[in-house]
Amino acid sequence: MSRFEINLMLLAGIAITCCAALPFMTEGFYLTLAVNIALYIALCTAWTLFSGPTHLVSLATAAFFGIGIYATAIGIEYLPFPLAILCGGLAGALFAAAVGAMTLRLSGVYFVIFTLGLAELARQIVTYLQTKIFGSIGLFVLTDHTEGDLFYYLLALIVAIFVTGWLIGRSRLGFAMRVIGNDELVAKHFGIEVARSKIILFVISGGFIAMAGAIMAPRYAYVEPASAFNATMSFMVVIMALLGGTRRLWGPLVGVVPFTIVTDFISANFPEHINIMIGLAFLLIVYLLKDGVSGLIDKAMRTRRGTRLQGAKS
Amino acid sequence: MTTPILQIDYLRKEFGGLVAVNDVSFAVAEGELLGLIGPNGSGKTTTMNLISGAMPATAGTIRLDGQSISELTAAAISRAGVARTFQLVRILPEMSAIENVIAGGVYSRANRWGPEAETRARELLARVGLEERSELALSAMTYIDQKRVELARALAADPRLLLLDEWLAGLNPTELQMAIGLIRSIHDEGMTIIMVEHVMDAIRSLCDRCVVMSSGTKIGEGATADVLSDPHVMAAYLGEE
Ligand SMILES: Nc1ncnc2c1ncn2[C@@H]1O[C@H](COP(=O)(O)OP(=O)(O)O)[C@@H](O)[C@H]1O
Ligand SMILES: [Mg+2]
Repeated sequence: MSRFEINLMLLAGIAITCCAALPFMTEGFYLTLAVNIALYIALCTAWTLFSGPTHLVSLATAAFFGIGIYATAIGIEYLPFPLAILCGGLAGALFAAAVGAMTLRLSGVYFVIFTLGLAELARQIVTYLQTKIFGSIGLFVLTDHTEGDLFYYLLALIVAIFVTGWLIGRSRLGFAMRVIGNDELVAKHFGIEVARSKIILFVISGGFIAMAGAIMAPRYAYVEPASAFNATMSFMVVIMALLGGTRRLWGPLVGVVPFTIVTDFISANFPEHINIMIGLAFLLIVYLLKDGVSGLIDKAMRTRRGTRLQGAKS
Repeated sequence: MTTPILQIDYLRKEFGGLVAVNDVSFAVAEGELLGLIGPNGSGKTTTMNLISGAMPATAGTIRLDGQSISELTAAAISRAGVARTFQLVRILPEMSAIENVIAGGVYSRANRWGPEAETRARELLARVGLEERSELALSAMTYIDQKRVELARALAADPRLLLLDEWLAGLNPTELQMAIGLIRSIHDEGMTIIMVEHVMDAIRSLCDRCVVMSSGTKIGEGATADVLSDPHVMAAYLGEE
């Protein structure tokens, strides 16, 4: 571990402690905002686990998230909340495995388009099953979990995602993913099963996203397919993750916090302009900030280190 | 007679109407250093690509240790023990030299990971003369150094068969002598090698035997000295100019 990483972990520890104290100090508006930020940190970091190293843009977030919501909506009658969350994660992972096996052999653009259709597909399937089995469209999610509880669950999920990402980064799989990201042909020529490696990451990422959905289910109170599978969420996650940068595990953090606050402000004050803003932000990020804010930070640090090295040599 | 390590029979590759490899057959014995020569565009690189599984053959069979590898993917062929360098170098630009070499052994036949993989990678970098530059990103290296990393990466796979595609191209005379010495020492340790090469001095001093290709067809095969004095072969080379 580099010194920079150690510093970062320290910082993260402090941040988590501060966050954990938050629900005691605030309520209402700020707590809701904090939950939103925590939610998008979880979603974007989980998304980056897969899309960062593979450079494949997944728009399947809404599909996994909706599956998670339904896992809680159905499971909460029979299971304690934490178990329902785990079931949600499992359901998301299974769905990701099936989808990944079918699509991850496709090239980039086809994959993006397919994942875009996925939320809609999941929505249709759920609608069909629900009307067949339950005879109604919606489901009540009645729990006594407060916004503050959800915040703690999200915080725990974020920690789990970061630890997983860190472990992957040190593992053979993580190394293989870097090789694939550098040159897929070389990867194949040195024994790496490219498709299988991508599927494993997709499964992990999808599982975590579904867990986030399962955690958020109590907020919905009444769940129906149209609200559970919301395609805008998929785009929001892509924008925030790209804004922060996907080359580092902590990259999305840098994007989520300001973007969530700004989005919240705009949707509260100028609700009809929110889509324009999302579109503009997307264009700006793609054109101006290829590696995101964290990419800029990385570059600045490299330049500094580079000049220091040169200084040491001369 | 023992089974050859590599046996190629009636290998054929068509790109649309173009026949890049036209029913080529040859074998390589264990421990042999075979030269694959011929004018530009004669199908040498394509033959290497078929052996390493970069692309499927149109027809024919390739056997490694008597087992057909024609239907295997490049990854499976790598695990079976074939490693290669590329005519146009293919490095992992954002990774360091040491990581590039480690990458050669993690999932291939060597199946090596952790401190053991790092130690082995350092040995190999030293062997190609890059021990001082092991932490450098590959994108910051010269073309020649990138080629050296490629060789070290292929060796990290612990291959049974090593394919070198014009690995000597672009070297100056001093570098060439060192590189020839390096390949000889690898061969002396028992490595089976097929080298595609245009540098005739290297072919003469290294290869026991040569296969000559022209326009996708095998036009000669035999002891290096005999092949290089064959008027047929000379005509193919001269015809190019
Ligand atoms: N991927 C490919 N697609 C189409 N044609 C190819 C491809 N690779 C090689 N060729 C053609 O096959 C012939 C043999 O090429 P190659 O094997 O690279 O020759 P050599 O390595 O002997 O110079 C050439 O005419 C080349 O243009
Ligand atoms: Mg060639």
